[in-house]
Amino acid sequence: MKPLIAFCVLALFVPTMALAQQGSGASSGEDTAALEQKIRDLEDRLIALEGQMRTLKAQGSPAPAAAAAPVSAEAAAAAPAESIASTPVSLGGAGGSAAKALNPDISMIGDFIAVAGGNSIRPSPALEMHESELGVQAIIDPYARGDFFLTFGEQGVGLEEGYITFTALPGSFVARVGKMRAAFGKVNSMHNHVLPFVDRPLVTQNLVGGEDGIDDAGVSVERIIPFPKGIFLSATGQVFRGDSGADDELLFQSHTKGDVSTVAHLRGYKDLTESTNLELGASYARGHNELGTDFITSLYGIDATLRWKPLRRAIYNSFVARSEFIWNQRHQQPFEQRAFGMYASGEYQFKRRWFLGGRYDWSDRAREANLTDKGGSVILTYWPSEFSQIRGQYRFTDYAGDHKTNELLLQVLFSLGAHGAHPF
Amino acid sequence: MNSFVSKYAVLLAAAAFLAASLISPSTASAKKLNVVTATTDLAALAQEVGGDRISVESIAKGYQDPHFVEAKPSFLLKLRQADLLIVVGLQLEIGWLPPLITQSGNSRIQVGANGYLDASQFAEILEIPQGSITRAMGDVHPLGNPHYWLDPDNGRRVAKGIAAKLGETDPENAAYFQQRFQDFDRRLTEADKKWLTDMKPYRGRKVVTYHNSLPNFAKHFGLNVVGFVEPRPGIPPTPSHTFELTNMMKRDHVKVIMVEPYFDRKTPDSIARETGGVVVEYLPSVGGTKEVTTYFQLFDYDIALLTKAFQANP
Repeated sequence: MKPLIAFCVLALFVPTMALAQQGSGASSGEDTAALEQKIRDLEDRLIALEGQMRTLKAQGSPAPAAAAAPVSAEAAAAAPAESIASTPVSLGGAGGSAAKALNPDISMIGDFIAVAGGNSIRPSPALEMHESELGVQAIIDPYARGDFFLTFGEQGVGLEEGYITFTALPGSFVARVGKMRAAFGKVNSMHNHVLPFVDRPLVTQNLVGGEDGIDDAGVSVERIIPFPKGIFLSATGQVFRGDSGADDELLFQSHTKGDVSTVAHLRGYKDLTESTNLELGASYARGHNELGTDFITSLYGIDATLRWKPLRRAIYNSFVARSEFIWNQRHQQPFEQRAFGMYASGEYQFKRRWFLGGRYDWSDRAREANLTDKGGSVILTYWPSEFSQIRGQYRFTDYAGDHKTNELLLQVLFSLGAHGAHPF
Repeated sequence: MNSFVSKYAVLLAAAAFLAASLISPSTASAKKLNVVTATTDLAALAQEVGGDRISVESIAKGYQDPHFVEAKPSFLLKLRQADLLIVVGLQLEIGWLPPLITQSGNSRIQVGANGYLDASQFAEILEIPQGSITRAMGDVHPLGNPHYWLDPDNGRRVAKGIAAKLGETDPENAAYFQQRFQDFDRRLTEADKKWLTDMKPYRGRKVVTYHNSLPNFAKHFGLNVVGFVEPRPGIPPTPSHTFELTNMMKRDHVKVIMVEPYFDRKTPDSIARETGGVVVEYLPSVGGTKEVTTYFQLFDYDIALLTKAFQANP
């Protein structure tokens, strides 16, 4: 690439010098102005060439010799022959970096959690590298992009998400195929590292399949629905194989090929002012539980999020309040269980790097809806930079049967590489 | 509950929704090209060359830090109708624009499609890092400094690129866009002469800026940026760095600190008090205040502020 740039520079400046020599004879102001204009034009062409070069580099295609062609024939004649001849030879360095340019964005996010305090109901280790999330993301072709998120525990690897998004479908549809977190409510679709808490709310643990939530292989179709008055409305429909959650927190299980689970989500959003906005959502999910094909679990949810962020001080202050209400209706023997759970949380950013938050939890248990767990948390978060985060959370939980626990959770999150931005 | 009905109720409901939404026409704009830009400066330039044949809207506001824009769903409403999306590029918008583009459901403006224009390809880019870079350097831009629009020469080059793109997208009006560009070029050359004359007495003056957003401006107008209030890009001021900066400013008689309107004034103000200097809250973008609505007014405003500050603090 270097010799080519050198060639372009040379090619542009040879005529300039020639002009300068001509100009030295004439002394009138008009000529000088014309000369200045000429130099400016040449400068522009050089910058345009540099821009093309950057674009080509970014696209990873080898720079065609034609890039230099628009330069005048005079310059081409003046250009030393070996500079052209040397272009293919330089493939070692240039070819290498050009090939790398097509590599996907790779990122790794570490999530370390330390816990103090006893909890016999839901014990967690004292020190744990809770999750290491490897993200591999790229644009696949003009019609689609691909995103992979692999999560490594201390033992074993899981595919948290891996899907293709078709971005160029007719009718403004956006479709996804692969394994993905379902669009049920808000926290279910979020990765651990974007949550404003160390843990997940009790209602997720009790009613929506535990930490992984509804996360399954299937197809998703989303579309924005035109609506007047600046209201954003979008509808999502998803069909999954029908397996979500594990062990005690198992939510859906597929016994036959027909045991698919379905998820639907309707999302409304409006800017109340320039800095405040409100989002409301309604969700529905349905699948078969572990007892058999005839045993259905249905989930209904509503969510609300209020956000405030003054644009002029966006990096210093913000506030987010969020709540989700979830109903779980589960067919089992001898009675159907109807459980309800909710959380309400708030997070206030009081300085550029500091956030203070709180959460209230209340949830029945899916299999024994007469048992209710309650809890509350206070959370303090510090960001050394955009790429790391230290968080402390005090959590009080009053489990059904009068088991009270007090725990202190400490989390360190750190991010390497280019992790694509997450949807709002 | 009837299992069959409930099983397909979701799908039926979803299908009904989608069908309903398809019926309502989405081709609202009759003829005008619908242009959406990432920042107000690009919108101002597009407006100059597009005239009344385009409608243009920016996602970020002029008084907002363009690194940290929230990817609000309301922006999707603009993007899904756009014929052309113009971005600053060089990863300035990496934190918020990619998911918006993906979710827009608009195939015209996807990266690499005809309706996606990265304006940085037209501009002179400074500070492209050589060799290996790490995040220990702060939030560096690996492709070069993205604040390139604050050089009128780059404004002209970008406007030229936009005019060509508009002509490509709407060939019927290509001549109109070219003619508008010629006119803009003439007016800009005229205005630039005046700006350069105004700034001439202060060529070579040393200034400190909050964030490293002025290399192109400094190069064009001959300012010498000798330090930053941020210790590293994107890292807030630290006491030790502020102390060093204050000492350096005292030693080298640096009097002017240039700060963007979206940064906290506390540290720059205290440095100014300590050094007997002045804080200039310049505008990095069109729309930074209500009065500044064009690319010309942006430089008029900033240069008036700067010359006043230099005059008062010789």
